[in-house]
Amino acid sequence: MAFLHAVSSGTSATKSVLKGKSLTPYLLLAPGLIWLVTFFIIPIFSLASTSTMVRPEGAQVGVYEQKLRFANYVDAFVANQDQYLRSFFYAALATLLALAIAYPLAYAIAFKSGKYRNILLVLVIAPFFTSFLLRTIAWTQILADSGPVVSAIKVLPFIDELFRINNTSTAVVIGLAYNFLPFMTLPLYASLERIDPRTLEAAGDLYANGLTTFRKVTLPLSMPGVVAGTLLTFIPAAGDYVNAAILGNPNTKMIGNVIESRFFAVVDYPTAAALSFTLMATILILVTLYIRKSGTDELV
Amino acid sequence: MTTINAPMPSLSHRASRWFSRNLIRIYAALAFIYLFIPVAYTFAFSFNNAGKSNLVWQGFTLENWKNPCGAPQVCEAVGNSLKIGVISTLLATILGTMIAFALGRYKFKGRTSTNLLIFLPMATPEVVLGASLLAMFLNLRVNPSFWTIVISHVMFCISFVVVTVKARIASLDPRLEQAAMDLYANEKETFRYVTLPLVMPGIAGAALLAFSLSFDDFIITNFNSGTVSTFPKFVYVSAARGIPAQANVIGSAMFFIALIIVIVGQVVSRKRKKA
Repeated sequence: MAFLHAVSSGTSATKSVLKGKSLTPYLLLAPGLIWLVTFFIIPIFSLASTSTMVRPEGAQVGVYEQKLRFANYVDAFVANQDQYLRSFFYAALATLLALAIAYPLAYAIAFKSGKYRNILLVLVIAPFFTSFLLRTIAWTQILADSGPVVSAIKVLPFIDELFRINNTSTAVVIGLAYNFLPFMTLPLYASLERIDPRTLEAAGDLYANGLTTFRKVTLPLSMPGVVAGTLLTFIPAAGDYVNAAILGNPNTKMIGNVIESRFFAVVDYPTAAALSFTLMATILILVTLYIRKSGTDELV
Repeated sequence: MTTINAPMPSLSHRASRWFSRNLIRIYAALAFIYLFIPVAYTFAFSFNNAGKSNLVWQGFTLENWKNPCGAPQVCEAVGNSLKIGVISTLLATILGTMIAFALGRYKFKGRTSTNLLIFLPMATPEVVLGASLLAMFLNLRVNPSFWTIVISHVMFCISFVVVTVKARIASLDPRLEQAAMDLYANEKETFRYVTLPLVMPGIAGAALLAFSLSFDDFIITNFNSGTVSTFPKFVYVSAARGIPAQANVIGSAMFFIALIIVIVGQVVSRKRKKA
């Protein structure tokens, strides 16, 4: 749990810092940072380079030459704009759904759980220990046409005989929200837990009712957790393709599905690279705007 | 609570008061049900007498648990995942802990860019991490293999190790180290006998996190594994034609093993606090 604590609190000021100039910090940093530069930063440039390549006439499958063709980006976007916009739409819906589920959950654990707090926190991350693919496949069984959920809903009046959840966009959003729920819950919990209960009592003493206390005290104080949680849910959800592949249909494909199939099924590396690069750039821009707007610069 | 003169609230009134007072608890209970339903399904279907396609309940059997390697290629995939998980965890934990100490204990130039370099991989979707690494391997004519998977796993685990261990270092009471120094321990001894043992729970937590991220990773692995199979890859590939119940056995077993490790860790740390 500590890591999400850290994500949500950012680079808290270091209390005791060793004095004196020495090489030690650089020696400590070097191996890990070299690894990150070699296998994260350089590959990003490699991706950028691949994105402007062109397949020479009559060349073998998978052979591309650097032609600096920036039109690849336009072509890739025009051909896949539906999947592209859908990814952000689904990710946003899943993030809102996860927030709606996780906020009361985190609130209950932070303020109402007493001595069970640690057990409940373990239970929030415990589903993570089962392979997420198996859990996603379990959702196809739970939401199946003859499964418990659909049968229960069909009992209601006004529900069409053909009503289904599996292989629809609803199933994809449910799956996305489910898969990243702990990433939402833990930062929310971390920021709620730090609120001194006495500030809530003080609000009550000043004649604020429950709703006002929540709106004016609890919610603003938990904003860092909301920001961290929504980011940690939105970013992986926007790039995910497993939920759309397992729970969706051909009309619910997200940009991740296109990137995957461009790489492996079609062997069209430049388009896949251009799409990946656009996805990353869009997310970075959205994240920067979001952090600015919410006024929690401490994340980075 | 109630004064003598107050009228007895009616039963329905009391029920609705109980409900509104416990609303948040009821909501949390429902959220936990949502979290655990798929896990319960996975566990239940590990006992399914299903043969190859484990989608519909066919009857109870213990055969899958007695013979977890019964389905072809399951155990080969699990073996690869375990090996990759152990090697990646070891490397990422060492590299990440070193960075965490540098960030938590030293002043140096380039702190902001270091923090950014740690944060960026966590803010990048997996599909981009996987695709970019594969693009580099393709451009360098490196064939994906067991070791390219390890390389990718270490890469995405380092950041999570750094933030976990750094949080632990930041929460230490600096007076403990000052006390050691006052008692004539030199810098090395203080680190060896005071700082490191205090940070150890953070490092252990980071290692557990790194292992579970590595063992469960599918997207980045899928891009950089070539023909090497891992457990998530095995599940994904067999999803189309039906997953053998043995996969559910392994998924459930991992769940209980991890749960036991976490609970034992919590109990041990609580005992230590009391002692």
